[in-house]
Amino acid sequence: MYEVIITRPRSLAEAIEALGDDNATPLAGGQTLIPTMKQRLAAPEVLVSLAGIEELSGVTIGDGEITIGAATTHADVAREVAGACPALAALAGGIGDPAVRNRGTIGGSLANNDPAADYPAAVLACDATIITNDREIRSDEFFDGMFGTALFEGEIITGVRFPIPERAAYAKFDQPASRFALTGVFVAAGGGVVRVAVTGAGEDGVFRWDAAEQALAKDFSPSAIEGLSPDPSGMIGDLHGTPEYRAHLVGVMTKRAVEAALG
Amino acid sequence: MTQVSMTVNGKPVSGDVPDNTLLVDFLRETLELTGTHVGCDTSQCGACVVHVNGRAVKACTMFALEAEGAEVATIEGEAAPDGTLSAIQQAFQDHHGLQCGFCTPGMVMSAKALLAENPKPTEAEIREYLEGNICRCTGYHNIVKAIMAASGQDVSKIAAE
Repeated sequence: MYEVIITRPRSLAEAIEALGDDNATPLAGGQTLIPTMKQRLAAPEVLVSLAGIEELSGVTIGDGEITIGAATTHADVAREVAGACPALAALAGGIGDPAVRNRGTIGGSLANNDPAADYPAAVLACDATIITNDREIRSDEFFDGMFGTALFEGEIITGVRFPIPERAAYAKFDQPASRFALTGVFVAAGGGVVRVAVTGAGEDGVFRWDAAEQALAKDFSPSAIEGLSPDPSGMIGDLHGTPEYRAHLVGVMTKRAVEAALG
Repeated sequence: MTQVSMTVNGKPVSGDVPDNTLLVDFLRETLELTGTHVGCDTSQCGACVVHVNGRAVKACTMFALEAEGAEVATIEGEAAPDGTLSAIQQAFQDHHGLQCGFCTPGMVMSAKALLAENPKPTEAEIREYLEGNICRCTGYHNIVKAIMAASGQDVSKIAAE
């Protein structure tokens, strides 16, 4: 590991001030950032550790919504929302492996917006709101292409507010070595609206599959999307799978998610 | 250099370390607790699993400074001071849950975390929990058997392979 300075603010205000340094990068759970730094794919000179800021951690379950502090680990999300939103708990409990889930955080995952990360699918399908130190951002406005988000330099996520869907499920086809989603689909239904968000497949990162949403809004059943699959152009092609393979998986995973949501 | 203090296996420790020191390097190089291994250094293999405040973490993917004030437990804290093995360690020995032994410290610490959460796991639950621990001798069968035995379950019907 190259030389780096680590600062450990105790409050959000101190963290924002530390991030005013152009060479500073926030350090959340570090489960992506630290390996990335070892490979020199990222080389921040100053890390601002968010782990010691108590106001960023914790889960609040309210009337019809769940608010999760940005520094809440995947393991804590899996445990604490199991009753209120089993689909979100299952997603959090399927990220990486147990040791990674004990460090990795929801805010870190969303700010990174890896095209194969799990949380972006839940946020987009549930139409969650990203809360930052400065403003609130709707899910449809937040994700901005592979590893891109609407966050400004120095702006950090402080929490995420999820409306609790009436029915929801996440179906993930794991890439077995990395345990990222080769393709993952989160389906959420509530108030007559169905949202289908796909991760791991799109070249621009997470996206909504409009055709499936429309079909499922009319008939929320696996047969409603029989024969549907998204256009392979725009899908990721790599050594793990061709664009056509991923497009096929989107259909299969959507069907499985709908079955699970009905179960 | 920054001073870092924590409790490791019940003993208060501190050291002056460069900020880029990983927790695993603090344990191995500064404290000379070399039982925690570095297999891959890329968060994949789990040979470096230790507990921080009771949670299993990969010590190669955390800075020592992030463990300031924490309670850290490593494989060196497992056996009793007189050398008597912990129940999990004894089960690994009894059921041949190790071959070359390189992954064993991480396997034992992950097993300990699992049994704290789930005292009687099924075979499938053990295999799922060990997703982040790789044994390149591929000795998983007996590792799983050892963990089942350590949890007090009957493993006499599980064939040795």
